[in-house]
Amino acid sequence: MDFGAIVSNLPLYLDGMLTTVELVVIALIIGLALAVPVALTATSNNPLVTFAPKAFIYFFRGTPLIVQMYMIYYGAGQFEPLRESIFWPIFKEAYACALIAFSLNTAAYTAEILRGAIIATPYGEIEAGRSCGMSKWLVLRRIILPNSFRRALPAYGNEVIFMLHGSALAGVITIVDLFGAARIVNSRHFVPFESFITAGVFYLILTFAIIWLFKKVEFRWHAHLRRREV
Amino acid sequence: MHDFLVESLSGVLGGYLYPFILEGMLLTIELALLSLVMALSLGLLGAIAKLSKNRTANIIAGAYTTLIRGVPDIVLMFIIFFGGQLAVNVIGDSLGLDYIEISEFFAGVVTIGFIFGAYMAETFRGAILAVPRGEIEAGFAYGMTPAQVFTRITFPACVRHALPGFGNNWLVLAKTTALVSVIGLEDMVFRAAQAGGSLRQPFTFYFVVAVLYLVITAVSDVGLRWLDKRYSVGVRRA
Repeated sequence: MDFGAIVSNLPLYLDGMLTTVELVVIALIIGLALAVPVALTATSNNPLVTFAPKAFIYFFRGTPLIVQMYMIYYGAGQFEPLRESIFWPIFKEAYACALIAFSLNTAAYTAEILRGAIIATPYGEIEAGRSCGMSKWLVLRRIILPNSFRRALPAYGNEVIFMLHGSALAGVITIVDLFGAARIVNSRHFVPFESFITAGVFYLILTFAIIWLFKKVEFRWHAHLRRREV
Repeated sequence: MHDFLVESLSGVLGGYLYPFILEGMLLTIELALLSLVMALSLGLLGAIAKLSKNRTANIIAGAYTTLIRGVPDIVLMFIIFFGGQLAVNVIGDSLGLDYIEISEFFAGVVTIGFIFGAYMAETFRGAILAVPRGEIEAGFAYGMTPAQVFTRITFPACVRHALPGFGNNWLVLAKTTALVSVIGLEDMVFRAAQAGGSLRQPFTFYFVVAVLYLVITAVSDVGLRWLDKRYSVGVRRA
């Protein structure tokens, strides 16, 4: 094992890590923003309303992320009108395409988690809100959504880790994220073990950081479930 | 059969659907099933090691499941594929062997099996813990050896509890096989890239492959539901 090449390329890895974190954070924010309306429409009682969000969730959860990313990055060029439109500068950029794919993917997974959490709302809570004279929207904002977020938190933590790991695919379409940095180091110095293991260690650190963060948040959000000191 | 398919599908996607893409799909399925066999074996071993009273086994199994689940699949694949190639030849060299080439297919099966072994280990661990203690004690009371108790009681009884987790792992595993296209294995994603490139219709081909993955998922769902029914015989449902 020769880690000399790794040490001299450490700045490249750190830059890559920054790109990874940036991609994941932006994708998660956009994904969450999309997931809330998708989950809410998917829980409607009207099959005409639920069809579109359910199809969206089914497609993005049932197909590999790499195929979704290829569809957007390599596939967009197939459409002549798109190539001539003002959106083309976005779709020819690998970074933007990866971001779109990641956002849609995590939106679908998050929506499914939220859908499950919303369905699990005890009916008494909604009745209590109504009997206090709250409107439908107020019940949604004050009762259904906050409690659903609380229930969804552990599963959402897993989804965030899943997104971090999925983001490594950005390295496949020329983006210099952590994995992309490892590929560059490997191709320059031919040190496959050292270069990819280093990336793996950085991913491990990020994974543990996410687990720690969610433990903190759960401690706060699930305060009512904490064992009480007598 | 082959001729009939070539004939009838010749007009579909410029004749690329069969045999080109569907052959790739066959490779995807083969790869997924072989990896599954390896993942199940490793998972069972890992679960037994995690639950054993042996400290060393606990530590090794714990490190295995934590490390594998903390690193992206594609990074692990590159470590095993490129690193493994190098390691095998360093060892081979010292033994005076000629250059050994690991095939992409073998590397793919080993990597995916190794990754999902860790997830399966967690699933099996939970399932084994869900088997009522009294059933195991009853086995011992009849004078069965620990191995007999495991094969006759613990394992068959834990399958029901393991099935939901197993189903999820299998569906994720099937999708993970798409990554082997990056290390040059000609699965359906790899072939879609080639066909899409030559016909200048990349979106169409990737979309077709996405739908084929949905087909795999849908068929698996039916199979999993059947298994669930079979292994839940004797359990009352509300």
